[in-house]
Amino acid sequence: MLDAIGVGSVQEIFDSQIPAPVRLGRALDLPAGLPEQDVYEHLRELARRNVSAEDELCFLGAGMYDHYVPALVDMLLERSEFLTPYTPYQPEISQGGLQVMYEYQTAISELTGLAVSNASVYEGPSAVASAGYMAKLHNGRSRFVASAGLHPHSLATLRTYAHGFGAEVVEVPLRDGLTDIDAWSGAIDGDTGAVFFAQPNFYGLVEDAPALSAAAKAAGLGEGAPGSGGSGGGPAGQAPPVVIAQVDPITLGLLAPPGECGVDVAVGEGQSLGNRLDYGGPSFGFFAAREEFLRRMPGRIAGETRDVDGRRGFVLTLQTREQHIRRAKATSNICTSQALNALAGVVYLSWLGRRGFAELGRLLLARTHYARNALVALEGVEALHPLSRPAVREFALRLDADVAAVRERCAAQGVNPGADLHALTGREEDRGGLLVAITERRTRAHIDRLADVLGAAVAAERQGQAVGAS
Amino acid sequence: MADYPEDLLYHAEHDWARIEDGEAALGITWYAQDALGEVVFFEPPPVGRVLVQGEPYAEVESVKAVSDVIAPLSGEIVAVNEALAENPQAINDDPYGDGWLVRVRLSDPGEREALMDAEAYSATLGG
Repeated sequence: MLDAIGVGSVQEIFDSQIPAPVRLGRALDLPAGLPEQDVYEHLRELARRNVSAEDELCFLGAGMYDHYVPALVDMLLERSEFLTPYTPYQPEISQGGLQVMYEYQTAISELTGLAVSNASVYEGPSAVASAGYMAKLHNGRSRFVASAGLHPHSLATLRTYAHGFGAEVVEVPLRDGLTDIDAWSGAIDGDTGAVFFAQPNFYGLVEDAPALSAAAKAAGLGEGAPGSGGSGGGPAGQAPPVVIAQVDPITLGLLAPPGECGVDVAVGEGQSLGNRLDYGGPSFGFFAAREEFLRRMPGRIAGETRDVDGRRGFVLTLQTREQHIRRAKATSNICTSQALNALAGVVYLSWLGRRGFAELGRLLLARTHYARNALVALEGVEALHPLSRPAVREFALRLDADVAAVRERCAAQGVNPGADLHALTGREEDRGGLLVAITERRTRAHIDRLADVLGAAVAAERQGQAVGAS
Repeated sequence: MADYPEDLLYHAEHDWARIEDGEAALGITWYAQDALGEVVFFEPPPVGRVLVQGEPYAEVESVKAVSDVIAPLSGEIVAVNEALAENPQAINDDPYGDGWLVRVRLSDPGEREALMDAEAYSATLGG
């Protein structure tokens, strides 16, 4: 091969291609190798410094949740037929892998009430940002309006991507924990290409999705430069802004599907479906939309077809959207794959089934309300938002004490009471805020323990006691 | 069969124009549709869009590729071929007839001097 390309040695290729100033010029300064046993002990020592959700009573959520992952998921994921094929560029050779993607897409499409789904993306926040990009490709408009109820990471990611592809992001505040619909309508105009809200929102509250969608469309059509963007020029002029919702998938057995609430694109973090917390990943993002967006969707899409003998088969379809064909004009840059995590998702949904999934939603709702009622009854603890606002699996409290200190006291008792809200959002109105998440793993007895521990911690803080005095 | 009608003018990027009374119908040539393979999707730009000679104004999507369509002449779109939404294959089957893409009102008829006739265009295609 070296002869064929006229090069004397492999080293010559490196020397000629890598500029001298960036070359290290010496051997890497690594310590000597260790025997396997010593490595194991060292890693065990490092791991001991972590406290996992298995080691404490965990009410921490804020985007990823400590749900139960059945053994079935691990058993199937560890099959080499699923574990080793990574990013399918000769996909049709693995019909089983494509069929799984197809089943996954079908499940997401049914849950969201939207016609088309891709085979997954990386995670929630980048799915939100990708949806924004897709909206911009669709209608050419560069103004986004986003509710403050979006997860702070989603907002930040949206801003980062939008800066890259030249869109402006305008944030609409909440009022009493829900998107302020007057401010929302006021912010949306004919230049708005896409609007974003979360369901439930970051504070755990259920938004009035149909009202937000309708208000966005009305406000967007109210005025605006004629003939700007839009596809094909409909009778009324330009198309309304694309309504994008970041949805917590575990609530889809309970809440109305986004597609029935006027939402055009539903995206979200898939971790709750069959994936553990791990170190905050890996997980997967889901992405579903109305059929008119099919050709501009990012990510892989599995399709069903018939082979030359008339037998059912599966393919990766609409690949002309992707960067290996469309290059700079691609609708997405998805190259690596979270297919294994999405597989966990569809296995999990199959395990629960339709009835089980709906039952799980009702269980979360019941326990969340039990927890919220129990905790707001504590001295020095109140609800951050009106109790009349429904919460499905998460809710916010205001503590009359330093949140970080309270969390530390709880940790000493083996309880993680939830997330420090102000630390996550930086909003003044979130000072003293604690975001408490409920999963089906948190029993009534666990919730009672949380109430005891949290109550004691807040009381101790208010009285100025030293940490550790129980 | 490779076919380049004499009554058309051609752009090097494999686009044709049929000029009539200050307007021109535009499309892609036999060579282009043959190279692309089976066309599966074409979404025309809106009526009113202004085309600039030599610049892309749309995309044709086949099973394996997406290709820019270059405007052989400048002008404002007065009509688009809506039938292609249901039958994009017309671009393969009849690239100069039913496979027409858009019709424009020419802004600078003199631009036709920059285009080739059928013979010159086929010569660029080699064997």
